[in-house]
This record gives sequence, structure tokens and C-alpha cells, in this order.
Amino acid sequence: MEKEKTGTVLRVAGPVVTVGGVMAAMYEVVLVGHEGLLGEVVQILGDKTVVQVYEDTTGIRPGEPVKTTGASLSLELGPGILTQIYDGIQRPLPGLADTAGDFLKRGIFVPGLDHEKLWKFEPLVSKGDIVGPGGIVGKVQETPMIEHRIMALPTMKPAKVVEIRSGNFTIDEVVCVLEVIPDSSSPLRRQSGEKRVEIKMHQKWPVRNARPSKERLPCDVPLLTGQRVVDSFFPLAKGGAAAIPGPFGSGKTVTQQQLARWSDAQIVVYIGCGERGNEMTEVLTEFPELKDPHSGRPLMERTILIANTSNMPVAAREASVYTGMTIAEYFRDMGYDVALMADSTSRWAEAMREISSRLEEMPGEEGYPAYLATRLAQFYERAGSVRTCNGQTGSITAIGAVSPPGGDLSEPVTQNTLRIAKVFFGLDAKLAHRRHFPSINWLTSYTLYLDALRPWHKENVAPDFPDLRTTAMAILQKESELQDVVQLVGADALPANERLILETGRLLREVFLQQNAYHAVDAYCPVEIQAKMLRNILLFHEHALSALKKGAPLEKISQIPSLVKLARARFEEQREEILDSLTKEIPAEISTIQTEAAAIAAAE
Amino acid sequence: MLRTRYHTISTVRGPLAFFTKTHPVGYGELVELYQPDGTLKHGQVLDTSDDVVVVQVFEGTEGINAQTGATFFGKPFTLPVTKELLGRILNGAGRPLDGAPAILSDDERDILGMPINPYRRDTPREFIQTGISSIDGMNTLVRGQKLPIFSGAGLPHNEIALQIARQAIVRGKDEQFAVVFAAMGITNEEARTFMDGFRDTGALSSAVVFLNLANDPAVERLLTPKVALTAAEYLAFEQGLQVLVILTDMTNYCEALREVGSAREEVPGRRGYPGYMYTDLAGIYERAGRVKGQQGSVTQIPILTMPGDDITHPIPDLTGYITEGQIVISRELQRQGVYPPINVLPSLSRLMGLGVGAKHTRKDHKSVSDQCYSLYAEGLELRGLAAIVGHDSLTARDRAILSFADAFEDRFVRQGQHENRTIENTLDLAWEMFGMVPENALTRLDQSLLAEFLTKSEAVETKA
Repeated sequence: MEKEKTGTVLRVAGPVVTVGGVMAAMYEVVLVGHEGLLGEVVQILGDKTVVQVYEDTTGIRPGEPVKTTGASLSLELGPGILTQIYDGIQRPLPGLADTAGDFLKRGIFVPGLDHEKLWKFEPLVSKGDIVGPGGIVGKVQETPMIEHRIMALPTMKPAKVVEIRSGNFTIDEVVCVLEVIPDSSSPLRRQSGEKRVEIKMHQKWPVRNARPSKERLPCDVPLLTGQRVVDSFFPLAKGGAAAIPGPFGSGKTVTQQQLARWSDAQIVVYIGCGERGNEMTEVLTEFPELKDPHSGRPLMERTILIANTSNMPVAAREASVYTGMTIAEYFRDMGYDVALMADSTSRWAEAMREISSRLEEMPGEEGYPAYLATRLAQFYERAGSVRTCNGQTGSITAIGAVSPPGGDLSEPVTQNTLRIAKVFFGLDAKLAHRRHFPSINWLTSYTLYLDALRPWHKENVAPDFPDLRTTAMAILQKESELQDVVQLVGADALPANERLILETGRLLREVFLQQNAYHAVDAYCPVEIQAKMLRNILLFHEHALSALKKGAPLEKISQIPSLVKLARARFEEQREEILDSLTKEIPAEISTIQTEAAAIAAAE
Repeated sequence: MLRTRYHTISTVRGPLAFFTKTHPVGYGELVELYQPDGTLKHGQVLDTSDDVVVVQVFEGTEGINAQTGATFFGKPFTLPVTKELLGRILNGAGRPLDGAPAILSDDERDILGMPINPYRRDTPREFIQTGISSIDGMNTLVRGQKLPIFSGAGLPHNEIALQIARQAIVRGKDEQFAVVFAAMGITNEEARTFMDGFRDTGALSSAVVFLNLANDPAVERLLTPKVALTAAEYLAFEQGLQVLVILTDMTNYCEALREVGSAREEVPGRRGYPGYMYTDLAGIYERAGRVKGQQGSVTQIPILTMPGDDITHPIPDLTGYITEGQIVISRELQRQGVYPPINVLPSLSRLMGLGVGAKHTRKDHKSVSDQCYSLYAEGLELRGLAAIVGHDSLTARDRAILSFADAFEDRFVRQGQHENRTIENTLDLAWEMFGMVPENALTRLDQSLLAEFLTKSEAVETKA
């Protein structure tokens, strides 16, 4: 048997290495060459095995040894994972910097978790208790914000606690011992696997396998993001999937980062997949300084970053989205709401394409492998709101950026993503050019969660909230049609009520939809305040319309001082009070104008 | 060390030569090819196995035949690095063109380099003043950024790049600068413009020049940016210099990439460019940045000409997805006689937010830039409208915004090739133009900025 464990390199072509004489399973991790570069089996052709290597293969020669490890690419999941920054295959980048310096050298292995550090384990079960699959046996306060729940594997059979410890342990020490309960329903009384189960504070899980859950739950609670265009116009449900496609420079990354910063998820997994190094640095320097608006703690305490920048090995980029998703599932199983941002899924798809073409597979559309659609669907389907194996409810909201070449949305990655994602944030380069941010186009974007979220919105925001949105959207739609006319004949040719629509549309766009990500107050706008802003703008519209009918001039109505106040309210600390008082001021000011107009008309 | 020379060529196709029956050869190894007529060529291993080794020949395969011998070096393509590189003129593969002896150093670097650990990167936030208003004011360049110039055939991208190289400073700091210039497939004449430009300003002594001209082997171009960046990284991160890298023209580099890809019969991606072009370009562009605790930095200005002025062409498209913004040169402005013809609307500096504001430039910078963008964008739309309905049917407000857009192109964007504006000049100029529009159109500027900076210039008032 030992002979089969090592093979030899037969051929090297970029990240793809063909190996002879090893019996490895699909997706098994192997160590290639004298340096032991990490690789993964991607094809088995008779007695040859094809491996994609996660590191640069320069210098590898035919004849070098290849060792199998017997396991597929797996993560270490346990305390110490939060606030970490990993590469695509869960090597901690700070750890790599400690061993190798400022640049990433190859052939270095650093474990994903710190195996020396002691964590204070508090048991949550006692001797004799029954623990089911994925059952929680204890907890560790990992960061002041997040309690890390120590669980049994979700594949474990129900078992009885025979020993439980409490105190400070490393993640390698056993904290709980269980005895599997014999399955009486099995007629043969034959038990598979171990009877005794030892639980340590970490577990391993293969990245390409979804962690199981008991059942899928409906997605009827919104993921609140503090972004007006998202929360009010295109809300996303917890457990939902959203796609952000847009050409370069249209603000994908800024939008992703805003959602990562302000969403009310308890855990954020941010995957920088094939993106810019300097952008990751920005996240890395900002997140520890930014405060979570819900708890006031640094955002980093609930964040895990996966950074596989564009110049890091392509095979690790391919793995990075699975690494991120597996970590998200692990926290979901603890009962948390997790938001997962993948920036950008196009780079992931391109990594698939690159490897596929090196494997000389038959290409599908635009050179992407034929299984692109399946892989994308599998990935997004790992998101969702679930009842976990241990009976908790948890969710993963997946938000994937897509970078369509040339901004052409008909390309395969965008199209296949849109078939799965229920929210589409259409980014618009034109809006970005005129510095309208977030540059989410309100006419092309959509959400399919409106109906599912309506009860929640009515109950928790305001009973009229769904209607406010409908009315505002109708005005914006009408405004856009009128803009086309204005392009031809100028605004002055329109009747007053249509010019009012232009005015209200402008307010909605410039005051409501635009949001300054860099402004201390405006960056985060609670949904209750969003409702008030929207209500005030529509209040203006309603009153202005009736005043117009009674002969008041639009020029005067649109000059009322409260509109300027309304436009500036979003930047003020006391925005809520200002908005409340405007609810009275706007009708009052319009009615004054109306009275004046009536008086002038009467005098004439 | 005695190296075996193999005469086992089986196939030659495009820039590739296939050798059989060699010893185990490493992937990416450097190869020397000896032609029977005595010519020496260089190559690199692209694919290796027991049966066949595929060598990419940098100088092209002309003249290679069955008698050609190959020696494998057991190491990848390297560049000897030393401080002596400064002031040298080398070819696209790093060999001397200036008649001086070859670069000698014990320290040889793999030209592929290694990725900077993202965790060790330092945020680029030092404002580089280029003296060009449309860049400084609207698309600020910061140290460690990679900001390409998207241009077209016949547009003055070289002049702009030279002007940046000539004028770029980080204010308040007295530091050592170096320019690394890599030319790929540009004409002799273009190269001369650059060389003269460097010579005139005395920059040549602190520059390293790598020239692969239009008549040099195309495949050698694949080495040029990598060789240049290896030199740049050494100067920045080991000698502590502030390095500005100019790569021109990346379009020629990508063409060479396509040539090799099709010779290898790879599955082509969009427009025949290889599917791994994104990864390959990222391996170049990402070699810009700053490293924590290091004094030096690498700032990149790659230049590319968009085929058919098409920004959605794969080369500018993939570049834009990797770089931190782009400066777009406009043929329309060029026709209007505006130099530099930078169209600010599609231009972008993603790192601008990090390098502007009270700490770096002036507190009004971001707002001024946003206001200019929004007014200029509106002005251009109005220009289209005025062409249809006539100037006179515009409202007074619209006419004011239209004349702002005209003035913006004429006074703000337009400047001389040797005109070096400070950031204060640039911002004040913008404020002067804000005086042309009614105050309620200045929605991006808050009250305190308006009160402090807005001065209605009398000339404008009387005109109005």
C-alpha cells in the first residue's frame, strides 16, 4: 500500500501537473515536488492523475515526487477564525508574513487556526445529556461581539455526554466525550462508525461539500443595510442571494464594502476573489477602525476576510469562494445570520475557465467550462435561511459581484447568476460618472423579495412603507419617461404637473437615492429614517400637486425653504427630529404659497 | 557547470520549439538556443514532460532548424539586480543597448517576482502632484497606485506620460525618485521622444530604460514588463527609492500573448486572447504598491492604446478591472485642440479618496471634484440638447451650466505641456468657474465650503 502513496510528476504546464503512479481520489489534496506544493486532484485518466497546484509551479520537473494526503481540501473551523485574513486555501496571511516576510513565497504551510492559544471553554451541556447531530456542547467568547459555539459534527449520530470539561484549553484538547446511542430502529443492530466521539474545539470540513441542515426556511426578514436604495427600494432577505453586476468603475466594490460594513448580519465573510491588493488593504485598515452601528464594536470583530488577489495563484482563487462559503455555513450552524460577499464571482469563473482549458476540456460558451452554470447554482444554493441540524435558525445571505467583460450583461457568468439570484443591483457606469453613488440604477434593478418582506416591513418599519416605495418607484419611472421628452423639447414645454414630477424625481434621486459612503452620518441610514425621508418627499409631491391644481406656481413651490432643509437633513446628527418637523413645515409652506397665489388671483 | 546541449528538435511552430529526449527539465526554465550559424537565442519552458519539452523562443524561431541545440539552465529567467541599473538603457530582456558592459550582480531575481502579501501592503495615501489639473483635481494619483492611461492611436499619451514623469512630486518631502521605463513594441520615434524627454530633464541618470521596439522580437515583449518590474521592486523595496514605472504600450504586450497562445493551440477567449490574460496582466499590474515599514514604493502608469478607441475591447477591459482607475484620453477633445485631451467623465482614480482632503491636499478637494463631475456631466447632456432645440430655448440655469462645461474644457482641462499647476491653483480655478453657475446648482458643496471659497468673480458677473 505504501508504494501507492507516492507518485511522480510526468508533466507540468502552468498550474496543471500530471502525475503517474498515485492512487488518489477526486479532489484529494496532494503535495507536489520536493517543496511539497499544495495541489488538488481534478482529473483521473487511467493511471494518470491530473492535479491543479495552488502555488507557482516554476522549476518543478518531471520525476519529482508527489505525495497523497488522503483528505480533500478541508478547513479548520474553531475559535480564532474571526478577525482573520486568509488566502484562498485558509492559510492565514499574517502567519505567512511572519514566516516568509512581505512577499508570498511558495511551499509554506501555516495552519488556519492557532493551535497553541488557550480559549476559555464554558460547557452548555452536562453529563448524561443527549446531543444530536451538530449539537452545541459549549461556548467560547471569541470576540466581545461574538460567542463561538462549539458543536459536534453535523454528521454525528445522537450521543450521550459521558464527560464534559470546563476551563482553558487549546483547540486540540478534548472538551467533551460522547457515546453514540445505539440505533434501535436498525433491525440488524449493526452500528457504523465509532461509538465514542471526542469533541475538540475545532472541526475539519471539506470545502466542496455543503454542510447539511435540517430544513430550508422561508426568507421573510430583510437584511438591513442602512443603504436607502437597498433597504427601501430593492430589499434583500436574510438567506437570499443577490448579484451586483457592473462594468469596471461602476462602483461594485464600494457597494459590496458598504453592505459588508453596515448590514445587520452577525457575521460577515468577505471574499476578495481575484481582486486588487490595495483594495484588500483598504478593508484591512478600515474595518478595525469602523464601528458596527448595532453594537458599537469594531467591525473586524465579526468579520473574516479571504484575500486571494488577482496575482495570487489561480487554483487557490478557484477554491477561495468555497473556503468562504464553508466558513459561512459553520457560523450559520451556530445559529447566526451570516452575510457573504464574493468580489468578484467573475474572477472565480475565469479561474475555472483557465484551469478547464489547461485540462483541455471541451469549452462551452465563451470558453467557460460546460459546468459553469452548475457550479454557480451550487454555490448560491449553499446560501439560504435554514433550521440547522441542532435546531437553531441561521442564514447565509450571498451577495456576489459580477464583472461582465465590457459591461455586457449577456455574457455567461452574469446570465447564469441572474437565473439564481433573486435580487439584482444593476450598477450603472453613467451614474458613477456623474458621481451618483451608490450607482445602483433604480430602473433596471429588481428584487423578488418584496412580497415576502411586506409583512415584516409593515410591522417593523411603518404600515405605509410598502406603499411609499410603490409610489416613489412610479414617480421615478414617469420621470425617466419625461426626461426623454425633455431631451427633445426642453422642460419648459411640459405642463406644470409634469414638471412637478421632474422636480420630485430629482428629489428622490439626489436626496434619497444618493448616499455618501464617506460621510459620518449619511453612510448609515436606519430604515425608519429612510421611511421618514421618503414620506416627506412624497408629502411634498402630494401637497404640491393639489396646490398646482389650485393655481399656485410651481416655481415658487419648488423654492420653499423646507426642501433645502430636507436635502440637508440626511447629513445631520438630528436627522430624525428635522424630518419630523418637516412633516409639518412642508404642507404649511406650500399652503402659504397657495394662499398667496389665491390672493393674487383674487386681486386680479 | 557543464550543461548538456540537445539537438532533438521535433517540431517548430510559431514562436515555439519542441524538444524530445531531454533530461527532466523544470517548468519555466531558461533555455539558450544555438543556431548552426552561430546565433544565440533565448527561450523559456512552457510545458515539460518526459517526452517533450515546449520552449517559447523570445527572439522568434526564424532560422531554427533540426541542427539547433538547446541548453537548459535549471533556473527560471532572472534579472541581475544592483543599484548600477540606474542610468542604464537595456533591451526588452535586460541586456545592454547602451554599449556599456552587461549588468553583473550576484543577486539575480526571478522576473516573475512574488505577490506582495496583502496583509503586508500599506494603504497608498500620499498625494502625488502631477501638475495636471484634470488628474490632480479630478482623478488624483497616489503613491503605490496603478493608474493606466487609456488612449488611442495618434493621441498624445506619450506627452502626458512624460509630463507626469517630469512634474510628479510628493509635496513637502525630499525623496529619491527613480523612473523605470519599459517600452514594448513602440516605434523608434516614440522611444526617442521619451529618451529625449528624460535626457532634457536630467532624469536619465535616475532612470532604468528597457526598450523593446517595434522591430524587436515580439515574444521578447512578454519579458519586458516583468523584467522592468523586477528592477522597480528591487529599487523600491531594497534601495528605498520612490519608483514610477511607465509601461508602454500594453496593447503590444497583449498581442504577443495572443500570438504565443494561438501557437500553442490553446482554447482562445474573447477576440482570440488567451483565457488567462486577466491572470497574466494581474501578475504585472499588481506589482505596484507600498509595503508596511518600507520607505520605497512602486507607482505604475501603464499606457495602452484601445483598438478602435473601444473601451470594451478585452485589453482595456481587463486592465480596468485590475488597475485602480484609468485616465481616458479623448479623441474629441484632441480634435477641439485641448491638451491634455483627458476626458474626466470615464476617467477614475479609485484611490483618490485616500489621498485627498485636509490632511493631504485641501479640505474642499473631494467636494470640488464631485461638483465638477456633476456639473460637467450635466453640461455635456445640455450640449446635446442645445444642438437639437437651440441654445436660446434653454433656461438660464441650463445656459449657465452649459457655459461651465465649456469653460471646464477650455480652462480647467486645457493646459500647457510645461505648465505645472499646484493643487491649490487647480482647486481655485474650479472655484472661479463655480462662480458662473447659480448657487442652488452647487448641490455637492456644503454651506461652510461655499462661504469660505466661493468668490463670484466680477468678470463673470458683468458678463451675466
